[in-house]
Amino acid sequence: MATSYAQLSRIPLAEAVRLADIPRLPLEAFRGALFDETNQGSRVAALFGRPQSPQLVRLYAVLTHAVDGTISLISCDVSDRYESFTPACPQVHWFEREIAEQWGVVPEGHPWLKPIRFHASYRPGHDAWSRTVGATIWPSVTDFFQVEGREVHEVGVGPVHAGVIEPGHFRFQCHGEHVFHLEISLGFQHRGIERALIGGPNKRTIPFMETLAGDTSIGHTTAYCQAIETLSRRQPPLRAQALRGIALELERLANHTGDLGALAGDVGYLPTMAYCGRLRGDFLNATAAICGNRFGRSMVRPGGVLWDVDAVRGEQLASRLAPALVDVDGAAELLWNSRSVVTRFEDTGRVTKEVAEALGLVGPAARASGIDRDVRRDFPSGIYRFALVPAMLWTTGDVFARAYVRWLEIQRSGQFVLEQLHALPATDLRAETGPLAPDSLAVSLVEGWRGEICHVAITDQAGACAHYKIVDPSFHNWIGLAMSLRDQAISDFPLCNKSFNLSYCGHDL
Amino acid sequence: MFNVIAQRLQQGFRTSAYPKTEPQLPDRFRGLPIVDATKCPDGCQICADACPTNAMLTGDGTLRVDMGRCLFCVECATACPAGAVSYSQEYRLASRTREGLITDGRGFELAQALEGTTRRLFGRSLKLRQVSAGGCNGCEADVNVLSTVVFDLARFGIQFVASPRHADGLLITGPVTENMRFALEQTYEATPAPKIVIAVGACAISGGPYIDLEQTHNGADSVVPVDLYIPGCPPHPWTILDGLLRLLGRLEEGSLERPAPAAAGK
Repeated sequence: MATSYAQLSRIPLAEAVRLADIPRLPLEAFRGALFDETNQGSRVAALFGRPQSPQLVRLYAVLTHAVDGTISLISCDVSDRYESFTPACPQVHWFEREIAEQWGVVPEGHPWLKPIRFHASYRPGHDAWSRTVGATIWPSVTDFFQVEGREVHEVGVGPVHAGVIEPGHFRFQCHGEHVFHLEISLGFQHRGIERALIGGPNKRTIPFMETLAGDTSIGHTTAYCQAIETLSRRQPPLRAQALRGIALELERLANHTGDLGALAGDVGYLPTMAYCGRLRGDFLNATAAICGNRFGRSMVRPGGVLWDVDAVRGEQLASRLAPALVDVDGAAELLWNSRSVVTRFEDTGRVTKEVAEALGLVGPAARASGIDRDVRRDFPSGIYRFALVPAMLWTTGDVFARAYVRWLEIQRSGQFVLEQLHALPATDLRAETGPLAPDSLAVSLVEGWRGEICHVAITDQAGACAHYKIVDPSFHNWIGLAMSLRDQAISDFPLCNKSFNLSYCGHDL
Repeated sequence: MFNVIAQRLQQGFRTSAYPKTEPQLPDRFRGLPIVDATKCPDGCQICADACPTNAMLTGDGTLRVDMGRCLFCVECATACPAGAVSYSQEYRLASRTREGLITDGRGFELAQALEGTTRRLFGRSLKLRQVSAGGCNGCEADVNVLSTVVFDLARFGIQFVASPRHADGLLITGPVTENMRFALEQTYEATPAPKIVIAVGACAISGGPYIDLEQTHNGADSVVPVDLYIPGCPPHPWTILDGLLRLLGRLEEGSLERPAPAAAGK
């Protein structure tokens, strides 16, 4: 039943593919290809459905091959149910739940088949949970995994949390302080972005991209722009690619620095919390010095960027960033030299490499579990084809590792930004993007600060957006947080949560 | 121990002297929009057509910007062939009323302070519960940053608290998704009266980029009454702080003359 490994064609990432050219496999061959490829070390960057007729939904899988930087696309048609891929290929578990919720297609035998965003089926009359059309759907009202026993109790947290933070619902199965299991139920931030993108691009498209996860504006807008550039066969000028890289690394610097501060605060180590809180702002202000907005809004556009950094501005930026990096260095060193902090971080919230690999974790969370995975190196686009940012690994998979990998990445990103500021190519800032290739599909990957961002754009016969799939790194990683809490004290939750610092809105879309 | 002290000296004193001194903003900062209808060609709609959130109000020889919808992006200014739209460095943008956010380029009324009992109760101590109801973590992040050493919100007697039952009011971000509507209503109910509500960011004021989407409501005041609107996408932390302090009557009242345009250029 399995398709042989060699049969799938591997294509470069930056190439649009005609929909008609995407192999349409029988379900069993699709399953075989999925299992074969993931067993060989490839990943599923996206798996999504798109209705073909009232009765048929076409599943598309984007398989990424880090070994040679290529991707494979496969598709198959299913009706209202099929045998779940998850038991043999756990990394697609969340994708299958998403497909079930959006299109009412049931993956039979899925171990956790529940809604992930709590909205009505996009295919009225087809509902994975047999809800009637028009029935009120309450967020987080679903079956939760429950542990039973005389001294077992359940702790529910959220949607409104104690801090200044986005909403989500967490349910812990505890025995005293001991957590058997944490289940995370999201969807409170669901705005319906993917559906609102259909028919575009139009004037609302860019603000959706810039705010779908507002702390990752550069990452997601770059991913979108790359998809558009692939579909219109235009590359942004080199200077624009470098400026996008600078903006992306500044975004990483700001968030990683903020995370180190937040982790320090969670264990009551106030010096690093105070310093990193301020320093995070220095990196946001550097972004604002380029484009006028601390979160990189109005920076990246299809074909290039809107703002230049001339020699004078570049010098000013470098002369402000260099001392900020020295100060982050000092603030972080305090953490690593405080035994009480390190002891608290070590062995807390451990996710093993095997679990991280099986669940398809991405970004610093994956690298902290020893998985050598970084889009900037494995699937380089833009400036990363010319300037390497080494992937930073640690192996212990605990809170310490997730903090320390961030620290290693801060150093590499800081160096990258300073180097690029001094070596900006002398080109235009923007190329005109032409009409988009009709009836085509383009995949775009960006290593955002949380990890792999995947966008998939499908055009209709007029070259307008017919379908748009967004996979924020949080989509893969929320289950990682749940796993990290197993057999931990419930008081470790804030620390574990900060060590992942995942996006609610980026997941909920 | 010595390392900690040495690092403390290295990091320095970072709390801003604001409000005694004006905050430093980047030269490309986009603050209060400046519009000049006298420059508009007859019947021109270009800026309105370019605006992602339909914040440009044109017609009858007037040109106004609804800052409650404005994302402070560059589309209108870039599209305008006549240079009738630009941004100033003015960061003080909050308003007590929704209509107050509409500017015609001839100045802008700064937010008025609370009156009577609420001002007496909250003027020197305000505890807020933050509710993100579909916010993108931009507004949330720049609200959070007020608690860092740079802004040091607590020196003004303002703090974010963990429960609505401990709060004097809510600070709401996000367009209010349908999935957060009930939780927001419940949180409002749980806040003891008298209470105030502050809407931060274009989403919470009007829906922002999410105006009229099926899964979202058009801002906080579609669910609860709002006492202060702080526009932006997201508003700069100084804009938020200015709004909070004006609401509490901690800054001089007044209105702005037409501000000077920001340095042009890209």
